[in-house]
Amino acid sequence: MITVRHVSKRFGGAVALDDVSLDAAPGTTHVLLGSSGSGKSTLLRIVLGLLAPDTGEVRIDGVIVTPEARESLVGRVGYVVQEGGLYPHLTVRGNVSLPAQALRWPPARTTERVRALADLTGFDEAMLRRYPAELSGGQRQRVGLMRALVLDPPLLLLDEPLGALDPIVRADLQGELRRLFDALGKTVLLVTHDVREAVLFGATITLLRAGRVVQQGTFADLAQKPAEPFVTEFLGAQAPPPELREYF
Amino acid sequence: MRAGECVASLVALALAVGLAGSAGAETVVRVGSKSFTESYVVAEIAAQAIEAAGHARVERRVGLGGTGIAYRAVAHGSVDFYPEYTGTISRAILKDPAVESVEAIREGLRPYGLTISGPLGFENTYALAVRAADARRLGLERISDLARHPELTAAFTSGFLERDDGWPGLRRHYGLALASVRTIEHALAYQALASGTVDVIDIFSTDGRLTGADVRVLRDDRHFFPVYAAVFLARTDFVEQHPRAWAAMTQAAVGRIDGATMTRLNALADLDGRTTRQVAARFLGREITDADERARLVRELGTLTVQHLGLVVAAVVLAVLAGVPLGILAVRSVKLGQAELMAVGVLQTIPALALLCFMIPFLGIGTLPALVALFLYALLPIVRGTATGLATLDRQLLEIAGVFGLTGWRRLARIELPLASVSILAGVKTAAIWTVGTATLAAFIGGGGYGTLIVRGLALDDVTTILAGAIPAALMALVFHGVFELVDRLLVPRGLRLVMARPR
Repeated sequence: MITVRHVSKRFGGAVALDDVSLDAAPGTTHVLLGSSGSGKSTLLRIVLGLLAPDTGEVRIDGVIVTPEARESLVGRVGYVVQEGGLYPHLTVRGNVSLPAQALRWPPARTTERVRALADLTGFDEAMLRRYPAELSGGQRQRVGLMRALVLDPPLLLLDEPLGALDPIVRADLQGELRRLFDALGKTVLLVTHDVREAVLFGATITLLRAGRVVQQGTFADLAQKPAEPFVTEFLGAQAPPPELREYF
Repeated sequence: MRAGECVASLVALALAVGLAGSAGAETVVRVGSKSFTESYVVAEIAAQAIEAAGHARVERRVGLGGTGIAYRAVAHGSVDFYPEYTGTISRAILKDPAVESVEAIREGLRPYGLTISGPLGFENTYALAVRAADARRLGLERISDLARHPELTAAFTSGFLERDDGWPGLRRHYGLALASVRTIEHALAYQALASGTVDVIDIFSTDGRLTGADVRVLRDDRHFFPVYAAVFLARTDFVEQHPRAWAAMTQAAVGRIDGATMTRLNALADLDGRTTRQVAARFLGREITDADERARLVRELGTLTVQHLGLVVAAVVLAVLAGVPLGILAVRSVKLGQAELMAVGVLQTIPALALLCFMIPFLGIGTLPALVALFLYALLPIVRGTATGLATLDRQLLEIAGVFGLTGWRRLARIELPLASVSILAGVKTAAIWTVGTATLAAFIGGGGYGTLIVRGLALDDVTTILAGAIPAALMALVFHGVFELVDRLLVPRGLRLVMARPR
C-alpha cells in the first residue's frame, strides 16, 4: 500500500511536483503517466526515499518514507529502471544476486532464489554467466526485473522499464510483465510516457502535467470523462492516425 | 596483511640496495663529488688513495647535483668529504666573500662541524671564453673588451648566471650589456660556442676542453673573479675518527695537483674518453684497462637496474596505497577534495631537484629521500585517476545499490571501485611510467639508478655513458607499459572490458 499525500517539490525555482496525492492499493498496478518533465520520475524517487519532499508525505504500509529511514524499505521495495540499470562489471547472476548478498543471505538460499527467477524469465545457466554487454536490450530489462524481484518485495517500482526497447521487443515484454504482475500479486507503481502501456498495465492511471495531477482514474474514465481538454489531447497525440486506425 | 608485507619488503629491498654494505664492522668512507668532470676525478683520486692504503672500504656517492646538495650531504653526514673550492665555500656556505684564506675558512667552518684540507694545488676560477676567430676579428682579449660589443650573445651555466660572484656581479663590475643571455648545461656550452649558436660562454679555468678547443679565454683585467682554490671539504668528526684515511688522501692529493696537471686530467676524461677511474689511476701511477672498465660498466648496469626498479616499484606501490584512499576521500567531501587535489598539484610543480634538496637536512642523501620524492610525484596521477573515476560514475547505478541496501564501504568495494578501475589503473600506469623517468634524477642525491650513468655521461660529455643510462630507462618504461597491459586484464572486470570493446 502506497499513499502519497500533498507532496510538493521544487528544484531551485522550478516546480517539479505541486500538491500530488495518490493511492496504490495492494495487489494493483498504478501508472504514473506524463510526458518528460511532468514530474513522474521525481515522484517515484520520493516514494523510494531517494529524495525528500518539500511538503507532504509518502507512506508505505503506514510508515512515513524519508531519506534517513530508507533502510527500512530495503527488501520491501523492488526498483527497475530504463535499460535495466545493470552493473557492467557483474554477470547476470552477479547482478541478480547483489540485493541478496547485500542482506547477507546464505549463498545456498541466493542460488536457489536466482534459479527460481531464471526459470520464471526463461534464463538458462549459460545466460546467467553472461555480462550485460553480451545481452540484448530486452534481456537486460528482464535481468533488471529479476534483480528487483530477488528479495520478493511486496512493492515494485518501475521507471520507464520499457522505454529503451524497440517496438516488437517492447510489445513482447509488455505482455510478459503484465502476466508476471498478475501472477505475483505485487503492488506496482509504474512510470511511463506511453499511453498504450498505461492502458495495458494500469488499473489506475494518474496523469501528470508540469508536476500537477491532471486526472486520476481508469483509462475509460480518462477517455470518456476528461477533466480538461489536455487529457484528450495527451491521449489523442499517441493514438494512431485515423487512416490507420482500422489496422489496430 | 599480504599487501602490507609486500610493501614492507619492497621498501626494505630499496633501502638495502641503497645502503648496501654501509652496515658491517669494517670502516667505510663515503666519498662525494659534484656532477662535473673535475669533481669526479679529484674525488676518485681520493677514493683510490684510501683504497690503496687498505684501511677502509670506499663508497662512492658521486655526481651530486650542485653545491647545495653536496654541502648538505656532508653536513648531514651522508657523505664524509667531497672536493670543493675556497671561493665557493666562502660565498655559498659562509656567505662572506671576504673570507678568503684557507685558515680563515677553516675557522669559519668550525661552528658547522666542518673543515677543509690544505689546497690541492690548482685553482679553478670562472672565466669567459669566445671563439678564437671572433677574438682576432673583434680584438677581444680582456673581459672589459666585451663592453664594446653589446651585439654578442651569451649562454651561461645556471650556477654562473645566478651567483653573485658570477654574471650578475661581473656585469656590474665591468658595466657589460650583451644582446641576449641564456642558460646552458656546462657539457653543451663548448658545442654551442663552436657551432656559432652563442658568442660568449662561461668556463672553468681548468677545463680539459680548453686543450682542444679553438677558443680564447678573456683576461679578468679588473680582477672580479675571486680565488677558487681546490680543497677537500670534510666533516670534522670524520677527520678525527679516520686519521689514516684522511692522511692517505691528503698525502696523495694535497699540494700535488697543479693547474696544468688538472687541465690535463680533465682533458683525459673529457676528450680522450678515459673513465674517471682510469684518469685517477693514471695520476696515482697505475693503469686500469679499457676491458676492465667495460666489464665494470656491465656489472654496474646490473646493480643500477636493481636500484632503479626497486625505487620505481617501491615508490609506485606506496603511492597506490596512499593515493587511492586519498582519491576516495577527495570524492567524499568537496572541500577536502579540492584542497587535496590542489596540494598534490602544487607538489608536482616543485622542481625535482629543489624537492630533493629540501629533504637532505631531514633524510640525508641516498635512496630514502629519492624514494620519498618519487612517492610524492607519483601521488598526483593516482589521486586524480581515483577521484575522477569515482566522481564520474553513473549516479543511477549508485542509487540503485542504495535502494537494495548496499551502502558505505560495501558499495565502495563491490560497485564503485570496480567501476572506476579503468580510471584508477590509468592513473597508476601514468605514475609508473613517469616514475621510471623521474627516478633518473635520484642520481643527483646519490640515490642510484640509471640516472647515475646519465649524470656522469653529461658531466664527462660522453654520449656512450649517457645512452648506457638512458636506453635501459626507456626500455624499462616500455616493460612497465607491457606489464600494465597485463595488469589491466587481471584487474579490470571482464564485463567492463566488453563495454569498452563494444563499437559505439
